[in-house]
Amino acid sequence: MRHLIDPMDLSVEDIDRLLDRADDISNYPQKYQEVCKYKKLATLFFEPSTRTRLSFEAAMLELGGSVLGFSSADSSSAAKGESIADTARTVACYADIIAMRHPKEGAPYVASQFVDIPIINAGDGGHNHPTQTLTDLLTIRREKGRLDNFTIGFCGDLKFGRTVHSLIKALSRYENINYVMISPEELQIPEYLKKDVFERKGISFREVERMEEVMPELDIIYMTRVQRERFFNEADYVRLKDSYILDLDKLKNAKEDLSILHPLPRVNEISVKVDSDPRACYFRQALNGKHVRMALIMDLLGVSADEY
Amino acid sequence: MNIDSIKNGIVLDHITAGRGMEIYKSLGLDKLDCSVAIIKNVKSSKMGKKDIIKISDNFEVNFDVLGYIDPDVTVCVIEDGSLKSKHKVELPEKITNIAKCKNPRCITSIEQEIDHVFKLVDREKQIYRCIYCESKLKKN
Repeated sequence: MRHLIDPMDLSVEDIDRLLDRADDISNYPQKYQEVCKYKKLATLFFEPSTRTRLSFEAAMLELGGSVLGFSSADSSSAAKGESIADTARTVACYADIIAMRHPKEGAPYVASQFVDIPIINAGDGGHNHPTQTLTDLLTIRREKGRLDNFTIGFCGDLKFGRTVHSLIKALSRYENINYVMISPEELQIPEYLKKDVFERKGISFREVERMEEVMPELDIIYMTRVQRERFFNEADYVRLKDSYILDLDKLKNAKEDLSILHPLPRVNEISVKVDSDPRACYFRQALNGKHVRMALIMDLLGVSADEY
Repeated sequence: MNIDSIKNGIVLDHITAGRGMEIYKSLGLDKLDCSVAIIKNVKSSKMGKKDIIKISDNFEVNFDVLGYIDPDVTVCVIEDGSLKSKHKVELPEKITNIAKCKNPRCITSIEQEIDHVFKLVDREKQIYRCIYCESKLKKN
């Protein structure tokens, strides 16, 4: 693996290796505190992001490396009309690895065609966000101890949610997972996912409109935000909006060992009262994001802790 | 209707009826100096009706363009008035700068001089996807 552009660039072996490394980093952080000494990560964020950029920067700093970059297109040469190819080639002269977020889909792939240093896609429009997928996989493995044999519910905006699409694609390679899609009809998962992933691999899935119907069966619930503007009419929004808000009342029927995941930021789709429930994993998930990005940076730079 | 047979050149046969003009334009045949004949709605025992294009000179056919527009076409090379070779075209694995990505969120909408590239992802259903944003290419 030279770059990470698409979550499907990761083989099951790659995922296992990265998650194992992330666990080791979490258990023995001191082993890793200088492995990227003298290495530089450039964070090229052409659109704003809080947690992804900060988790990349924190990851590199904890590995003993340095960071440089920009956090909006206004403060880069993109504002002067520079192409992605030129920006990438220039930055490759100054850094050892690049994490790029861009509103246009495919921008990190274009960058990867022009440079010899590794490019990490830190989110390209509504397309891919592979490091969030790694974060989600690490969280599931840490919470459940496995990446197979469970029932997972995806709740909210399943049509436009790129984190949901990427996670479904990644999980589709593991055995015996039951998928339950909880969303209003307007926001169901796209047809191409149903055909290219579920039907092609012979994986069954269910689509329901209400969380309450399926809550007792779920081992994991992956929450996403439902935005008012995504609904075709106000009446449907009013009718359904509460069904996509997770609160203590809905959790009464849930399993004792349910794991509640959310890629964050949250607005109101999970009641803050749920935060203190041990089943809420979303802040642990944010920490996992740093560990898995540390593992990824090491992997792409070809450094190991054994040398130090 | 009589169209002279050609001595040296190319015949594009078994064109799906109605696609002759699109192939004429896409292969840039309008830029040739030699005689080019487009024959529409020719009776065909296999296809019902078909289009045929005759080019009265040697011409390097772009098989990717042809295969993308109409994978059923047969390319016949004529030399000294007789058939020298016959080639079946097929759907190309990749097409470059033949079609443009219509997704406004795709990087191709802003990046200067970038190649528009699509990969064949389903041969049976003839589905191509943009290599950058994975949007499905809609054939005209």
